[in-house]
Amino acid sequence: MTALIDLDLAAARDGLAQKEFTATEVVDAHIAHMEQSRALNAVILETADLAREMAAGADQRLANGTARALEGLPLGIKDLFCTKGVRTTACSQILGDFTPQYESRVTQNLWDAGAIMLGKLNNDEFAMGSSNETSHFGPVINPWRGAQGEHLVPGGSSGGSSAAVAAHIGVAATATDTGGSIRQPAAFTGTVGLKPTYGRCSRWGIVAFASSLDQAGPITRTVRDAAIMLEHMAGHDPMDTTSVDVPVPQYEAALTGDIRGMRIGIPKEYRVDGMPDEIEALWSQGIDWLKAAGAEIVDVSLPHTQYALPTYYIIAPAEASSNLARYDGVRYGHRVNGNSITEMYEATRAAGFGDEVKRRILIGTYVLSAGYYDAYYVKAQKVRRLISDDFSAAYRQCDLLLTPTTPSPAFALGSHFDDPVQMYINDVFTVTVNLAGLPALSIPAGMSATGLPLGLQLIGPAFGEETVLRAGHVMEQAAQFTARPDQWWV
Amino acid sequence: MAATDNLIDGLTGAWEIVLGLEVHAQVSSVAKLFSGASATYGGEPNAHVSLVDAAMPGMLPVINWFCVEQAVRTGLGLKAKINTYSVFDRKNYFYPDLPQGYQISQFKDPIVGEGQIEIDLDDGTVKSVGIERLHLEQDAGKSMHDQHPSLSFVDLNRSGVALMEIVSRPDMRSAAEAQAYVKKLRAILRYLGTCDGNMEQGSLRADVNVSVRRPGDELGTRCEIKNVNSIRFIGQAIEHEARRQIAVIEDGGTIDQETRLFDPRSGETRSMRSKEEAHDYRYFPDPDLLPLTFSQEWVDEIAAHLPELPDDKKRRFIETYGLSPYDAGILVSERESAEFFESVAAGRDPKMAANMVIGSVFAGLNKSGLSLAESPVTADQVGALVDLIADNTISTRIAKDVFDMMFDEGPDQGKDPSVIVAEKGLQQVTDTTAIEAAVDAVIAENPDKVEQVRAKPKMAGWFVGQVMAKTGGKANPQAVNALVRDKLGVPDED
Repeated sequence: MTALIDLDLAAARDGLAQKEFTATEVVDAHIAHMEQSRALNAVILETADLAREMAAGADQRLANGTARALEGLPLGIKDLFCTKGVRTTACSQILGDFTPQYESRVTQNLWDAGAIMLGKLNNDEFAMGSSNETSHFGPVINPWRGAQGEHLVPGGSSGGSSAAVAAHIGVAATATDTGGSIRQPAAFTGTVGLKPTYGRCSRWGIVAFASSLDQAGPITRTVRDAAIMLEHMAGHDPMDTTSVDVPVPQYEAALTGDIRGMRIGIPKEYRVDGMPDEIEALWSQGIDWLKAAGAEIVDVSLPHTQYALPTYYIIAPAEASSNLARYDGVRYGHRVNGNSITEMYEATRAAGFGDEVKRRILIGTYVLSAGYYDAYYVKAQKVRRLISDDFSAAYRQCDLLLTPTTPSPAFALGSHFDDPVQMYINDVFTVTVNLAGLPALSIPAGMSATGLPLGLQLIGPAFGEETVLRAGHVMEQAAQFTARPDQWWV
Repeated sequence: MAATDNLIDGLTGAWEIVLGLEVHAQVSSVAKLFSGASATYGGEPNAHVSLVDAAMPGMLPVINWFCVEQAVRTGLGLKAKINTYSVFDRKNYFYPDLPQGYQISQFKDPIVGEGQIEIDLDDGTVKSVGIERLHLEQDAGKSMHDQHPSLSFVDLNRSGVALMEIVSRPDMRSAAEAQAYVKKLRAILRYLGTCDGNMEQGSLRADVNVSVRRPGDELGTRCEIKNVNSIRFIGQAIEHEARRQIAVIEDGGTIDQETRLFDPRSGETRSMRSKEEAHDYRYFPDPDLLPLTFSQEWVDEIAAHLPELPDDKKRRFIETYGLSPYDAGILVSERESAEFFESVAAGRDPKMAANMVIGSVFAGLNKSGLSLAESPVTADQVGALVDLIADNTISTRIAKDVFDMMFDEGPDQGKDPSVIVAEKGLQQVTDTTAIEAAVDAVIAENPDKVEQVRAKPKMAGWFVGQVMAKTGGKANPQAVNALVRDKLGVPDED
C-alpha cells in the first residue's frame, strides 16, 4: 500500500470513504512528516493538536455516514489566510503575534467541507516576492535541489504552500496569487497551481496585498485535486463586494479527458528574447500533447504583453501602499514606541516591515502622489484595460491559451535576492493573467537539463475554470510527470 | 442692489466677503456606511466597533444601501443631478483615529452633482446658493487626549459612520447669508429625515471657506475654517476671519491659503496648517469596492416618494391658507412646526391658528427654551383653544391667559382649555344687562372723566378698559365698546 503521506487528495479521500484507513491515521502520518520536514521551513506554525482534534471529529463523521466532501483531509494554510484563534502574520514582523477572532471565508469553506488544518505555511512577507525569501520567518527551502545539491527557492509568494505539497507535508495547500504567487511556486516545485478568476473566491479574511489582483487558489499534486479543492474554496460572498455571484460547478466532473475540437491559442508575444531553449521545447511539447488529444492550435496575439510587468509594478504597489497603512502599531501587532505619534509610526513601520515591503510601499506611494498619479497610476490602469482587451480579442479565436509558467526553473537561494528587477522578471508570464482577472493553471510538464521541474500554464477566459482544468488534466496525463525530489531533508 | 448691503468697511474702503461652505451631515442610519456596526450616538468608547471599523487584516467594506438611498434623497431635495455611476476613492493619511490609514470617500465621481438651495434672508428676500456636489464618506474615530497623563486614547464608535459632504458654490456674501444657508440646508435634511441636523452632537458641522476682495475684483485667497459646530459660531468665525484678512491686506500683507480653527472661547480663528503642510491624500479608486451604480428608475421611485420640502410647503401655506410670507416662513422652518400648525389649522381659521401657534406656542417655547417635542401643550389643545375663540366662548385676550395656564408650570399645565375656562369661569360675558350694569357703575364712579370725554372722545377707551377690568376681562370687548359709546354719546371711531 502507498504510504499515507504519498496519497494525493483524491486518493486519500477515496481511501477514507472506503475505510481503508482513518482520518486520525492520515493526520498522524502527516503530522509526523511535517515534524520531520522542519528543515524546509515551509510550516511556520504547526497546529498538530488542532489537527488531531479535527481528525477525531472527522472519524466520527466517517463512521456515522455524515462525512463531507473533504472529510479528514489535512491541508496546509498559507499564513495570509486569517485563522480564528491561530496566529496569522502574513509572515511579517509587523503583525507580531496577531491572532484573529475570525476565520477567512475560504478556510471556513474548507473546514465546512471537513478539511483539517495541519499548520500555517510560510510565504513572502505580505505575499510580496517570487522566492519566499522576504518572509520574516526566513526562506523556505525547495524540496528539489540543484545539480550540485545547492538549496533552491520554492518560488513565491506561496513558497511554503508549494514546498509543503511537493514534500508531501499536506495533501494540498491553500495559496494566493497576485502576480503569479500560486503558479510560479507550483512550476518551481513540480506541483499543480490553480489561480481562479478574480471574484471566484472570497477575499474576506485574507490579508490584502493588492486588492484588485489578489485571488486565493489551491496548490496540489494533481489537476483532479485542484478541481476538488477549488470547488470547496470558491463561492459568492456578500462580505466581499468583488466576489462574483456565479454558481460553483462540480469541477471534478469537468475532467472528462475529451478536448477534441478545443482551440488552443499560442500567444506569440510570450516567445520572449533570451528564453531558454528548454522552455521553448517544453512549450512545443505541450502544443504537441494537446494537438494529439484532438485540440486545434491557433496563433494569437496579445500585443500589450510587454507592458504587463511595468503596469503590474505600478498597480500592485499602489494598492499595497494603501492596504498596508493599517499596520501602524496603534491597534494590534508590533509597536515601537516613540515620543510622538509620528515617531511611533515611523519606528514601528521601520522595524516591522522588511525591505521588499518597504520598497513596494515607497513605489506605491510615489505613483499615487500628486503630480505623478496621472503619469503612472492612471496610465497603468489604461494599459491594464488594453491588456484585458487583448485577452478578450484572443478568446474570440480560441478557448484557452497555452504558455510556459516561468522563464526558468527554480533558482538558487539568494541568487536573485539583491536584484529586484531580475526577481520581478520571474512573473513575466503570470502577471498578465492577474491584470485581466483570468483563471490559469500551472501543471508540471517536464524537467530542466538540471533535473528540475518546469511548468506549463493554461489560461482561460473569466469563469472558464472547467475548460482550464479539462485541458490541464489531458496534458497532465500526457506529461506523466512522476519525478519526485529525494527526501534529503528527512 | 442687495450685495452692497453686505460690504464691510476697512480703513481703506469697502470690502466684500466671499463664502463657500462644506457641510458634513451624518446620515440618519442605524448602521455605518460599510460595516454594519451600530451608528448610534454615544455609548461607551469602542462599544460600536466592528472588525471592519477597526481595520483588522483582511476585512472588507460592504456598502450600506440605506445610506446610498439617503444620499440620493438628499440630492433630490437639493434639486441636484443624481449620478447613477459614482466611485468610492481612498483618501490616504495616517492618524490614530483613522484605523485603515485611509478614509473611504468620493473624489472624482460623487454620487450627487450640481444643485441649489433657496435661502431666506432677514429682509424677506430669497437668494439662490449653488450646490457643487454631495458625496458619501466615512467619519473618523475620536482621539482622546484628556484621559491619561501621558497616553492618548482612541474611540472608534464614530469610525465608519456615514457622512454626506455637501459642498456649496462660493455664492454667499455675509455671515448672515452663510447662517441662513446652514439653517435652510438643515431644514431640508430634517424634512427629508436624512440627517437629524444636531450640531451639538456633531451630526452637522461646517467647514467655512472665507476670502475677501474689493467689490468687482477677482476672488481673493481663501482660508478654510474647519469644523464649526453651531450656527452662532459660524457667524462669529466668519466675522472674525473676514476682519482678520482685511486687516492683513490693508497692512500691506497677503493672505496665505491655509486651514484655520475657530476657538469659540476667544471668538477668533487661528492657523492650523498652511498649504505647504497640506497632506497629499493620494486619492485613488478603492479596489475593494465596485463603482456605485443604480438605475434611473430607482431614483425616480425615490423622487416620487419625497416629502413636501420647506419651499413648496411655504408656497402652499401662502396660497392655501392665505398666510403672509413671513408667517409661512416661520411655520415651515422646521418640519415639526409645519405639522403642528397644520394640525391646529385643520378645519379652523388658518390665520387664527397661525397667530396662536406663532404668537403663543412658539413664543412660549422660545421663552422657556423648550423644543416643540417638549411642549406641554398639544396641537389638539391649541386647536381647542382656537375653537373657544372662534365660537366667542372667550376673547383673544382671555385666550392668551388660558394658554399661559396650559403652558406654564402650575396646577393647570397641560389641561384642556375648556376645562380651565369652565373651572375658572372665564367664559366671555355677552349678556348685555350685566355689561350695562358695569358700564353704568364706571360712569357713576367717575363723573370727572365723564366731563373730560365730552371734550376728548378718545377718552372712551379708558372707560372700556375700566369695564373690562371690572368684569375680569370676561366681557365681550365689542359689546363693552358699543355700550360705553352709546351711554357717553361718543360716536364710533373709524
